[in-house]
Amino acid sequence: MIDIQLNGKMVKAEEGEMLLSIIRREGIDIPALCDHEAIEPCGACRLCMVEITRKEWEGWKKHVTSCLYPAEDGLIVNTHTEQVMEIRRTILDLYLARCPNSKVIQKLAEEHGVVKTSFEKIPDADNCIMCYACTRICEVLGRSAISAVYRGHDKVIAPPFGEEPPDCIGCLSCAMICPTDVIPWQDENGVRTIWKKKFDMIACEKCGKEIITRDFADYLISSRNIPEDYFKICDDCKRIDLANKMGSIILQAEEAAL
Amino acid sequence: MRVDSVEKLDRLRDDYRKAIDTQKKRIAVCLGPGCLAMGSDVILKEFKKVLADKKIKDVTVESVKKTGCHGFCARGPLVVIEPEGIFYTRVKKNHVADIVEKTLINGEIISKLLYIDPQSKKQITDYREIPFYSHQQRISLRNVGQIDPDSIGDYISSGGYSAMAKALTSMTSQEVIDEVTKSGLRGRGGAGFPTGRKWETCAGVESDTRYVICNGDEGDPGAFMDRCIMEGDPHSVLEGMIICAHAIGSRQGYIYVREEYPLAVINLQTAIDAAREYGFLGENILGTGLNFDIKISRGGGAFVCGESSALMKSVAGEVGEPRAKYIRSVVKGLRDQPTVLNNVESFATVPVILNKGGEWFASVGTKKSTGTKAFSLAGKINNTGLIEVPMGVTLREIIYDIGDGIPKGRKFKAVQTGGPSGGCLPEDKLDLPVDFDTLTEAGSMMGSGGMVIMDDRTCMVEVARYFLEFLVFESCGKCVPCREGLYQLYRLCTKICEGEATEDDLESMERLSKTIQIGSLCGLGQSGPNPFISTVKYFRDEYLAHIRDKKCPGGVCRKLITYRINDKCTGCLACLDVCPVDAITGKKKEIHVINTEICDRCGACYAVCTFDAIDIE
Repeated sequence: MIDIQLNGKMVKAEEGEMLLSIIRREGIDIPALCDHEAIEPCGACRLCMVEITRKEWEGWKKHVTSCLYPAEDGLIVNTHTEQVMEIRRTILDLYLARCPNSKVIQKLAEEHGVVKTSFEKIPDADNCIMCYACTRICEVLGRSAISAVYRGHDKVIAPPFGEEPPDCIGCLSCAMICPTDVIPWQDENGVRTIWKKKFDMIACEKCGKEIITRDFADYLISSRNIPEDYFKICDDCKRIDLANKMGSIILQAEEAAL
Repeated sequence: MRVDSVEKLDRLRDDYRKAIDTQKKRIAVCLGPGCLAMGSDVILKEFKKVLADKKIKDVTVESVKKTGCHGFCARGPLVVIEPEGIFYTRVKKNHVADIVEKTLINGEIISKLLYIDPQSKKQITDYREIPFYSHQQRISLRNVGQIDPDSIGDYISSGGYSAMAKALTSMTSQEVIDEVTKSGLRGRGGAGFPTGRKWETCAGVESDTRYVICNGDEGDPGAFMDRCIMEGDPHSVLEGMIICAHAIGSRQGYIYVREEYPLAVINLQTAIDAAREYGFLGENILGTGLNFDIKISRGGGAFVCGESSALMKSVAGEVGEPRAKYIRSVVKGLRDQPTVLNNVESFATVPVILNKGGEWFASVGTKKSTGTKAFSLAGKINNTGLIEVPMGVTLREIIYDIGDGIPKGRKFKAVQTGGPSGGCLPEDKLDLPVDFDTLTEAGSMMGSGGMVIMDDRTCMVEVARYFLEFLVFESCGKCVPCREGLYQLYRLCTKICEGEATEDDLESMERLSKTIQIGSLCGLGQSGPNPFISTVKYFRDEYLAHIRDKKCPGGVCRKLITYRINDKCTGCLACLDVCPVDAITGKKKEIHVINTEICDRCGACYAVCTFDAIDIE
């Protein structure tokens, strides 16, 4: 265990633990849009910036993204200095120009006192903030079906060549993890559509509810050592079955006790 | 032929030297990028052709050789005849027969091909006496322009691979590191990190695998120092890398070169093949037990891939995007292994440091910036080209003594050092010594050594706009301040150039710049606002002229200028003919008039007028 000073208070932390997790644990609220527990941090959104210094730096300070900065003994961290707040406000201002219609961005910006962007709005803006959460989760799943394409200001998240992504299994992880909710998908008549690719759904043999795409189920069965019949019945029906089974066992035990 | 001991290498060097000494005359044809573009390869062929059917004393076809860049690109194509150092400039194919006939056979000098010093108006025969060369001191460029880059024999005979032999056979790894540390060498890529300290840290990290990477991804517009070293003296880079491998304990090195430098790729590969054949690369180098090999990694030419962490990703085959370097790459670099990454020029300097000693190197230059630095001079300067000077010389010496000042008698306005990430310095900074710390303090930076000189017909707002556009295009797009911030900065700068900005916009740009500098992930973003910050610092009145008066003092920004014909007009009709929108009217021998309503300010008339009769307001 090491000691760091966080907003003037001494706190204990694990050596190498990222600053953002310590900040969150201490109940300090700082924004972070590209951070998620399921994926490795990447420092794209820049909102979790904090100021760090050390006694021996003699007043010299620097600004780092807390999601990527490993804690070290004696570090002095400040999360809400005027400079840090100015960076966050400017970044949110830039986000508002990039994604003027995003409710998440609007709310966060307003909380930081930015009501209207002072910059030129990007024409044909969508709500993507390019945080890479979707591509990173897809990589974690072992598919890497989508990625960032082009460079700089033209960069977008897209499947290869803008066509139906061959490696996509329709798991929806990208759509679910997206902080600004921009990846469209649809389940209709036993078919799921995402990234313009269509997937057949497996329906529960008992209740008929759609559980998972065929491709996703096959991928999990082959790569995660899951029994082949695992996806025949939905979780709800499995729970009902289990409850019924448990109930009958208890009933039998009670009868036996009598 | 394998050279497996130092004795063998020494014998080989003696043999090569003897062979060269038998050639009484040597004709070096510059095949550097500038001369090559002007057709020096044709001249080389012509020499070979003419000499093939002639019997001349002391001269054979072998006496003619191609070399890398001589540096004096403004006067190319260049041909140098040694040992006299006869320096022929602007040589054309049809001069070759003359040179052979007059100079090689009869020993006459062809005066029309000589350089005329603009100050003394005297012709200079020996290039060593031309101010462009006499003010230089060449360490990293020592062989560039002197040897045939394809010949390992040329390199060995000029002392090549002797530093490697010395390091491998008589110095421990620590002794090599100590020598480099003593030399005070700082990274020539621009950031100026002490090379010795970098090597020492890397050597100290616990790991079985360590990598040596040479950064040849020179991307600054107007910079071509590394290119000329890779093209003109590739073995010096290899030798520096082998010495580094010995110092840190590495088995594998990479040279990252951009695909836009095809000749550099070819020459490096030729050099690597030759070095392997001689046993300077591969297993058991010089019989010392060191195993080290080098591979070329070709980049697609993205500017951001010159940034160390993006470069390492690109070498590993991933998308070239930087990562946060809170854990440094000497600890966790290529494929998460400790990695030393140095610039081409740094590696090319290392052999000299080992041969002449760290103390000698430290005695050149200034206390904190030791040695020499190569620069490429481009833009509005008479002597465009490649130079190397001791650290600490002033910008004025570089621009006026070596560069011979501004063409057409125009006035100097600014010099940009450090490429797009650097800054523009005005005339009152010309007496600053050129070293890492002084340039940074002045709001620019050393960078890799590109120098772009601008005259009074340059608009500094437009310069900032141009470089911001470059950076917006080259930003990798990973983090917001760089991707969105630089774009907005560029848009606002464009607004100023179009005369539609207010002073609030200027203030907003200054605020935004601060956030981009602090908030960006890598060096590209952090230094991205520099073109704006340095120009607004030194040329604020120009910005205000655009904003308040809707005028462009440099006469560049189309929307803010008017072309008018003054009474120097002779009525020659030249401008009238060239105007694409027929905005000019007038009769022969009468003063012409530009209709400013129709004029689209393309500048064609200004370019074509030989009577200085067109004013830009």
